[in-house]
Amino acid sequence: MFTPEKMLGGLLLAAFMSSTAFAQSVSNRYGFGAEIGPQDLAKYFAIAPDGRGLPPGGGTAAAGAKVFAENCAACHGDKLQGNPEKGIGGDRLLGGRGTLATTMPIKTVESYWPYATTLFDYVKRAMPFSAPGSLSDDDVYSVVAYILSEAKIIKPTDAINAQTLPKVGMPNRDGFIPDVRPELQLYR
Amino acid sequence: MFPTSIVANRRKFLFAAGSLAGVVSSSTFAAAAEPKAPPGAVHFDVPEDSTKEQGRAVAADGGYGSRSQFETELRWRFPTPNDITSWSMTPLDKMLGNLTPSGLHFERHHGGIPTIDPAKHMLIVHGMVDIAKKFSMADLKRFPSVTRKHFIECSGNGLTEWNKPTLKTVQGTHGLLSTSEWTGVQFSTIARELGLKDGAAWVLAEGADAAVMTRSIPMEKMLKDAVIAYGQNGEALRPEQGYPIRLLLPGYEGNTHIKWLRRLEVSDKPFMTREETSKYTDLLADGKARMFSLDMDAKSVITFPSGDMKLPGAGFYDIQGFAWSGRGRVRSVDVSTDGGKTWYPARLESVPEPMCTVRFSFPWVWDGRPAILQSRSTDETGYVQPTLKQLIAIRGSNGPFGSVYHLNAIQSWAVNEAGDVSNVHA
Repeated sequence: MFTPEKMLGGLLLAAFMSSTAFAQSVSNRYGFGAEIGPQDLAKYFAIAPDGRGLPPGGGTAAAGAKVFAENCAACHGDKLQGNPEKGIGGDRLLGGRGTLATTMPIKTVESYWPYATTLFDYVKRAMPFSAPGSLSDDDVYSVVAYILSEAKIIKPTDAINAQTLPKVGMPNRDGFIPDVRPELQLYR
Repeated sequence: MFPTSIVANRRKFLFAAGSLAGVVSSSTFAAAAEPKAPPGAVHFDVPEDSTKEQGRAVAADGGYGSRSQFETELRWRFPTPNDITSWSMTPLDKMLGNLTPSGLHFERHHGGIPTIDPAKHMLIVHGMVDIAKKFSMADLKRFPSVTRKHFIECSGNGLTEWNKPTLKTVQGTHGLLSTSEWTGVQFSTIARELGLKDGAAWVLAEGADAAVMTRSIPMEKMLKDAVIAYGQNGEALRPEQGYPIRLLLPGYEGNTHIKWLRRLEVSDKPFMTREETSKYTDLLADGKARMFSLDMDAKSVITFPSGDMKLPGAGFYDIQGFAWSGRGRVRSVDVSTDGGKTWYPARLESVPEPMCTVRFSFPWVWDGRPAILQSRSTDETGYVQPTLKQLIAIRGSNGPFGSVYHLNAIQSWAVNEAGDVSNVHA
């Protein structure tokens, strides 16, 4: 790690400087780790509401119906109604609009999720459950289009891609508020 | 002595042992049942008198110890439909001291427990930094480290208990809470190393499990006390706790402590991931939902006596429990034995540390009449743990799918005349 030359240099320097000053004069960085470039980041993604990170490609609800039937329906149900059976437990994806302020709120993609970009990110990230990350980007765009279309958030003919997805207006887009805790009435 | 289930198990065990002896004596060729030790233990035959023969050899266990075959505490898996995306709970009533044994730390998984070779694992840090880098485990361990005791609590701890008492034991009602001594490198050390660009305000943390779990964390928190932890209770993290590295965010809800951490992306805005929009948000009665409810408020629970135990009769009992706050140190704990009409100061059994559990105790002479036991934590900010009524007045009561997370209300245990302890709302 340290060559004799470097050691000697260090000792000579140390003769003229306090050890603290010496440490600071060498570098203000530890130097650990390897610099990375775009190629190191190719397999990673995180898609923000403004669409940053969305890949090329696109899809439609018609194509998505097939993707859904083959990859998603077993857990989420033929009608996107969910499947709570033992060993499965797939979330319901549709319905629930207008229930959030009731005593039986139904939280689904349709009723609760504020951003359509989240749906793309999550499906590409973690679905289908038994083979996560196995869908192509076009498949993900398509199945997202299918879910949004079945939820009547977009039209069945709408094309979903990196330009159109961030513009999809989710019904509960304005349903979230910042955390106001801690509540002042609970202080003494 | 106290848990009814253990008393029943002992009886069963004695009965089984008696019948086994009968079988062995009736036929010398009968195969004795394979002696079975509980998980984490190895069975050894018990000598008549341990002073009259040598015990087993040093390091006969291969060099890594196991627990006594007489200790049986286990995590309990909550019966979700799917055992890959599921959780297990710490038996808080069996804990001795403040730290949770790593093997009993609660678990929450969204895509199972990945097996990761640390020699191949990298942490990538990129986005709004001056120099983007990847770090091997060896790199991470070369940085100056910190060692700190902190609890992690799932924000869903107790979510079954909002509307009526549901689970019987404190393991069920509060077992998504565990405390460990964590060792690792502070995020601030790495941030200084790489340099942050102007406007860097959030960090996306991403795990290497099948869920590729992501959460957005405010930069302020990351720089204040976030740790990239590789050590837990003096050894490497357990695989189910994120081996080889996890993010530790003292006092923040458990879901943000990303396990199997592989990437940190510095950004100007949060990413609005599935976890921080559709899942870990608190839906209030008016239909609006709070998001980024990250700090865990002050809380406490009595672990002895607690649900499903039985007190053998009137007399002295040392009430015990845990108190904690995600916003700093526990300042004090009060205990009530009459359902909150009268409060007495409890004794803190260890020096409170920030965002760490503390054990408390209170001497109680039970007169044999029905009693309601409660504890109430106050943290160093002056926040007082609320009653369930106070909490519901603020958060609303819109059923089991409304405001389900961050239930930090005072827990009540009822003791009846027979000494049976049960979970009640009082």
